[in-house]
Amino acid sequence: MATIQQQQQRRDRIRLALLLTPGLLWLLLFFALPLVIIFLYSFMTNDALGRVVYEPTLNNYITIFTQSLYVNAYWRSIWTSVLTTVICLLIGYPLAVFIARSPQQWRMPLLMLILIPFWTNFLVRIYAWQIILANNGIINSFLEIIGIGRLTLLNTEGATLIGLIYGELPFMVLPLYAAIDRFDFTLMEAAADLGANKVQAFLRIMLPMTMPGIVAGSVLVFIPTLGQFVVSELLGGAKVDYLGNLIQRLFLRANPINWPLGSAMAVLMMLVLLVLIMMYFRVTSEEER
Amino acid sequence: MSDSIAIELCDVVKRFGDVVAVDHVNLQIRDGEFFSLLGPSGCGKTSTLRMIAGFELPTAGSILIHGREMGITPPHLRPVNTVFQSYALFPHMTVAQNVAFGLEMRKTPKAEIARQVKEALELVRLSGLEDRRPRQLSGGQQQRVALARALVNHPEVLLLDEPLGALDQKLRKEMQLELKSLQARVGITFVFVTHDQEEALTMSDRIAVMNKGKLLQVGTPTEIYERPNCRFVADFIGETNFIDGVVIGRDGNYTVLETPEGLRLRGLAARPLSDGTAVTYSIRPEKVRLLAPNGELPPNGLAGTVMTVNYIGSDTRITVRINDQRTIDIWEQNTRSTLDRDEYWQPGEAAVIVCPPDNALVLSE
Ligand SMILES: Nc1ncnc2c1ncn2[C@@H]1O[C@H](COP(=O)(O)OP(=O)(O)OP(=O)(O)O)[C@@H](O)[C@H]1O
Ligand SMILES: [Mg+2]
Repeated sequence: MATIQQQQQRRDRIRLALLLTPGLLWLLLFFALPLVIIFLYSFMTNDALGRVVYEPTLNNYITIFTQSLYVNAYWRSIWTSVLTTVICLLIGYPLAVFIARSPQQWRMPLLMLILIPFWTNFLVRIYAWQIILANNGIINSFLEIIGIGRLTLLNTEGATLIGLIYGELPFMVLPLYAAIDRFDFTLMEAAADLGANKVQAFLRIMLPMTMPGIVAGSVLVFIPTLGQFVVSELLGGAKVDYLGNLIQRLFLRANPINWPLGSAMAVLMMLVLLVLIMMYFRVTSEEER
Repeated sequence: MSDSIAIELCDVVKRFGDVVAVDHVNLQIRDGEFFSLLGPSGCGKTSTLRMIAGFELPTAGSILIHGREMGITPPHLRPVNTVFQSYALFPHMTVAQNVAFGLEMRKTPKAEIARQVKEALELVRLSGLEDRRPRQLSGGQQQRVALARALVNHPEVLLLDEPLGALDQKLRKEMQLELKSLQARVGITFVFVTHDQEEALTMSDRIAVMNKGKLLQVGTPTEIYERPNCRFVADFIGETNFIDGVVIGRDGNYTVLETPEGLRLRGLAARPLSDGTAVTYSIRPEKVRLLAPNGELPPNGLAGTVMTVNYIGSDTRITVRINDQRTIDIWEQNTRSTLDRDEYWQPGEAAVIVCPPDNALVLSE
């Protein structure tokens, strides 16, 4: 005879299974399965008409590692993502502190201001940036008036970076705000009381205590940036290739299209992400200690 | 205890917008004393403490620590440490790291830090808990860590903002005694903020009573309790009977007042008061004598009727009605052990109240 506690435990287990099943099925069908397909495709061959031939090969990976087009795209994307993340952090942290330290009744409106851009389609907002950065756009008109003259802003890597930072900043600010809002600023007074100057107090107390927000924000910004292709196409003018642009082209527009090579690039991108994020967690958790 | 001055506030004012939190406060705190700031909620105790620590700057006036004008010196350069009401321990650090923080900021050598941290934790009886995180400690233990973290820096003055406020009654009593003996051992000046008058009386060498940003009286616990200088202090510290009246003259050392219904009472006044001054007569319940009537009224005596009698163990608390408008509270100590209820006062009994003039005060404000 099972004890009441055992019966209870069994019932809890059944309930848990019932609750988790829909989610698990969803993930299996729409997340795990496509991943497996991509992974398998990455080892297949492409024929001259862009059809997948089920002939196992490592050629896709060899191509990626040996042709500068692909190697450069990886470096460019990684570097741009790091830069975007760091700049978002540098802008987002003070911003989040400012909001968290505002009078109670101002905080929600300020957060709403951060969120309002989401009410408009991302593409539309990026097109708006085209207007701002264009040769006869708002900034250049202004520069001309004050006598500096027009600059080439649109269709540069700088424009891509600006667009990325603009688009990703909210994803940095929100987790940072959540962490900083929970931070008890009395601790900064305590640190000052014990002889720490502002910088020391920040590095020793506030930074480690808000690290979860920094990590969450960085990951949220870094991952989509690594694979993005829209911003570099619309603001960067597709002049240089980022990972996302290459993958998108290989899948949809190349002549012939090349799903196996595109898959291999995607698999490698996930690997890069995995490695970088693990390194990041290692470093930041040390910081926390 | 030496006579040199640890902290001096000169005409300090602190305004937050329209609120005057601290109103022209002048105060001298002596080296090595246990000094309490006592007053009701919102009277400006915390603001005063925060100005000494440097978290707030005075709107006007100056603060001196051992004769050095603090001006706009930031908190991390002031020779004082604070024990916060919420303790403000660093949650991501162990107990030892918390205590070591101040020493590290002053670039103390590692070995020396280890030694001093150990010593400080022994001082507050927390040895063995070095590697715990604050959240793994009880309220009382966190309190001790906060103390150790401050004391390890050997501050010239330790500021404590209601440090016992978050503890339960029993622990609170224990920590009161412990804090007091700790202070005596380390010999550091303590400035202790509390709104609990009993706590202030038990622990302090001297007490400053504040109300609405103003400093009302500074004195030893006995002075504050036995010779309050105004109605607020008499009311705030302990219990007392108030009777309003006007001065009608003097009788030797005593000032005589008359109540609207014509009762005449004598008591001590802090300074000579001219006739006609509106005053309050104040006498504490334990200082009133209650006698059986026997014909003539004794000096400073009033006839009345016992209304209620509450036996509370150590004392019996009796309310006596003098006339339609007035009652007086009297606490009689139960010095004799008896079960015979007739030995105690009974409601309805006629009685005579005597207010010994040496135990009664005539307060002019
Ligand atoms: N930062 C601030 N901004 C505005 N007003 C403040 C600020 N700090 C304190 N006050 C006001 O100043 C007055 C004194 O506050 P203070 O905190 O010094 O009182 P307190 O004696 O410590 O009270 P309590 O016993 O409740 O802690 C109060 O009216 C308070 O509302
Ligand atoms: Mg306070």
